[in-house]
Amino acid sequence: MKSYSTFGDRSFFQKVRSLDFYLLISIILLGAISIVAMYSTDISDGKFYHSFNHALRFGIFFVLMIILSFINIKHYFSLSFLFYFIVLILLISATYFGTTVSGSQRWISLYFLNLQPSELMKIAIIVFLARYYHRVQPEAVNTIKKFIIPFIILIIPILLVLSQPDLGTSVLIALSGIAVIWLAGINIKYIVYSLLGLVILFPFVISMLQPYQKLRILTFINPDRDPLGAGYQIIQSKIAVGSGGLTGKGFLKGTQGYLDFLPEKHTDFIFTLFSEEFGFVGSVLLLLLYAFIIIRILIIGSNSRNYFGKFFCYGFAISIFFYISVNMLMVLGMLPIVGSPLPIMSYGGSSMLSMMIALGIVMSIRIYSREIIN
Amino acid sequence: MLGDGIGSNIRRSKLINRRMFIASTAKAVVFFGIVSRLFYLQVEQNKKYLTLSDKNRIRENKLPPIRGEFKDYFGKTIAGNLDVYELHVIPEQVEDFRVLIMRVKQILNLTDKDVNKIYKVKNKQKPWKTIIVSDNLSWNQFSKINYYLYDLPGLKPVISVGRSYPYNESYSHVLGYVAYASQNDLSSNEVISDRYVPGLRVGKNGLEKTFETELIGTNTIQRFEVNAYGKRINQLEVQNGNQGNSLRISIDTEIQNYTTELLRHKAGSISIMDIYTGEIVAMNSSPSFNPNDFLYGIGSKEWKDLNANPSKPLVNKTISGLYSPGSTIKPLVALSALEHDVIKPSMTVRCTDTIDFYGQKFHCWKKKGHGYMTLKNAIKQSCDIYFYEVARLLGVDRLNETARKFGLGNIVLKDFFDNEKKGVVPSTKWKKEAIGQNWYLGETLITGIGQGYIQTTPLQLTLMTAQLANGGNKIYPTIIPDNNKNIKLIKKQMENNEDLNFPTDYPSLVRNKENVKFVLDGMFRSTNEIYGTSYSSRIEDPKYQFAGKTGTAQVKRITEAERDLDLKLNQIPYKERDHAWYTAFGPYKNPRYALTVLVEHGGSGSSVAAPIAKKLFKKIIDRHEVREKIRIDDTLIS
Repeated sequence: MKSYSTFGDRSFFQKVRSLDFYLLISIILLGAISIVAMYSTDISDGKFYHSFNHALRFGIFFVLMIILSFINIKHYFSLSFLFYFIVLILLISATYFGTTVSGSQRWISLYFLNLQPSELMKIAIIVFLARYYHRVQPEAVNTIKKFIIPFIILIIPILLVLSQPDLGTSVLIALSGIAVIWLAGINIKYIVYSLLGLVILFPFVISMLQPYQKLRILTFINPDRDPLGAGYQIIQSKIAVGSGGLTGKGFLKGTQGYLDFLPEKHTDFIFTLFSEEFGFVGSVLLLLLYAFIIIRILIIGSNSRNYFGKFFCYGFAISIFFYISVNMLMVLGMLPIVGSPLPIMSYGGSSMLSMMIALGIVMSIRIYSREIIN
Repeated sequence: MLGDGIGSNIRRSKLINRRMFIASTAKAVVFFGIVSRLFYLQVEQNKKYLTLSDKNRIRENKLPPIRGEFKDYFGKTIAGNLDVYELHVIPEQVEDFRVLIMRVKQILNLTDKDVNKIYKVKNKQKPWKTIIVSDNLSWNQFSKINYYLYDLPGLKPVISVGRSYPYNESYSHVLGYVAYASQNDLSSNEVISDRYVPGLRVGKNGLEKTFETELIGTNTIQRFEVNAYGKRINQLEVQNGNQGNSLRISIDTEIQNYTTELLRHKAGSISIMDIYTGEIVAMNSSPSFNPNDFLYGIGSKEWKDLNANPSKPLVNKTISGLYSPGSTIKPLVALSALEHDVIKPSMTVRCTDTIDFYGQKFHCWKKKGHGYMTLKNAIKQSCDIYFYEVARLLGVDRLNETARKFGLGNIVLKDFFDNEKKGVVPSTKWKKEAIGQNWYLGETLITGIGQGYIQTTPLQLTLMTAQLANGGNKIYPTIIPDNNKNIKLIKKQMENNEDLNFPTDYPSLVRNKENVKFVLDGMFRSTNEIYGTSYSSRIEDPKYQFAGKTGTAQVKRITEAERDLDLKLNQIPYKERDHAWYTAFGPYKNPRYALTVLVEHGGSGSSVAAPIAKKLFKKIIDRHEVREKIRIDDTLIS
């Protein structure tokens, strides 16, 4: 093994200067917006539990992100398989021994946060596949030998998360993984075959589930089964967004929010609350901010000299896009309600942690963009 | 690495870039889709969702409207309001109805019977309909419930508006009563359904019902912002309602209460009218009931008793009771005969107890007969034989014409009561249509003494006497006093109403006013001259002196055998006793009031009804000055 310092050959100051400040400022801006929105969710009970925790987490994880930025890309590269397997072990233990909240077993209780390994898996799968395809030529991608490993690596967490049950996260893990596999050059027909295989496998998976889990999945797929639950949520969400109008009802004046008509307003429906208070203009600006972050990540990816970095950035950018789209289409009533947080905006430590880790890796790719990994 | 040739690297980059381009395009399309959806919801459909959002958060609380009061002629409240403390609950909004009722039972010390009643109501109605758990809480109970309210979700303490009738049974038949609005009330009156709140009381009867829409008032509406759990967060606004209009009626409570006293333990009616303005000064029917009993809903036993009572306390006899007028009709028969030039006042008939007409025997009320009678004497002594002869000469159709002009056979207070009866003034045509038979002459004879088909209400007789007393001029009976009416003006119009050039609201009902004077004189003699039928009830003081006509109406046909028995009143079963009538006006010199007294199964008019009228005239005339003072004040105001 070669020996090298953590910060490489350049001075620390040079590295700081090569940080992507556009991305950094966008993240801070998004964090600030998320704290403002979270504050608004808290006024109905007068205790500022959520906004305080959210701000604290954002602060801590932001620092973590900066620290991660200065770790050489090579270390991520060499630790990527290990990272995946650690997350996988956490996921297995969460699935079988974890804390159950509202019928779904997906948390590991740590004293400062309830860790949800499935959230970390969203990133781990990208890290693993970026590393795996780093050396695989497009011609080799389509061979059975080079296909079977990514397939197994992807299918195990999907099935685990599905059995928790957590359809939303498992879909997002699948989409993130498929995005990287596709970028690596897989023939589109393999993806189609795999999807068909999944469809065939699906009833088999369901048969292994507990009755109440089956019911939950069916409700996830078809919200009309539960008009007072999921159906109520989507109706209230549309009312909130629609009543916001062009410029919104104003900060802290979203009646759907503060009068508790809006369900899950801290987590999955935070965009609805934001949209009610800041209207069409605010919503579009928020969407543009997300688009800008995605574009910055894509630029960092395209400037990277190594395929690990490219695959990670591209895969992560596509994943963020999926997180945002699934969440927004869901709260706007165009997709069934499946649990899926809005990156950074939604309350939830695990989701924020995995976002910040991924952004830290992106920053590192930026700082070490000229690094060539052999 | 071996495979990392430059060429393959370029191919690889190209592949990745191509796929990234596709991905970015797809992303742009999806983001555009999201923006379009946002635009659709927030800009295009904004109004719809704003409405839905307001519907979510705003709840209205409608308070019961405050009902207008009834005042008597002098402004005394005769139907007022009081706060009623009630407990409402909507079963649908309660998590555990049984537990809630158990708690309420404990707090209020309800009996098992009360609780059963609540369950009965609950089982009968839809779960979203309000149940009135208790409608008569004391202030202590009410505050106790409010104290525990946090522990009783779904329970609503309500301050409702109740009705109080300070004079109890005196006004029951005039004002009617209020009770909880029924489904029928809601569907038949739009105003009620518009103002409805659970526990709303509406008029069921009498003037309370007639003037419902004026009395009811408008609801105070409070708007609240509520959260998703229905908890009130803010009060947004209050839209204050108005109390309903108060109505002043023409009745004098002092006289009204006196009529209650006079009719106590009797079944009957008293009605008093101003002969110029047509105002009802008093109107009472006995027995009566206490309208305050209906405030909290009357018990089913009490209700049954009221309905089963043979004296019919729920019937307003003054306008809904139909009776043979008996001899009280005689002045009108005489007038009709004079008007139609059928007889001369000097016509003499010999009364010898019985007379045969067309093979049928007709009797005079007086055994042994009156001897030779002229018209004036016949009125004074109420000779039946004489009036058989008058009727025979007059014929029923001509009598019908005059009787109708004077208000018999017609509704008197049609704008005020919906339960008034028309009665019957027979004619040949009427009999043909109603019964399908030809008229018999014998029937004309008994019509002439107020028996047979003819049926009148006591108020019709009052109106008849009033229109005779004012000289034979039309008046307009009313129970709402009109401040603009000026007695001098009315009198002037009446005096000149035969002059076609003189516009009048009070047209003459007769061809020749001298005929009216003649009849009135007959009535005066009947009361104030010896041998007059009501001579023993006369008042000699001209201030109070009155004139009237007695009547004793048979309720069944008397057989010859019964006639021979000549039973005393208390020997006859109550139901078969005659109705006692007296209709009169006073003071005689300058008449102002007409009245009718009816005592059901009271016996003879002269012994039962006329003495009541005597007492009444003293009272009415003593009250006249204060009543006039109000009128003068009123005219000054208007």
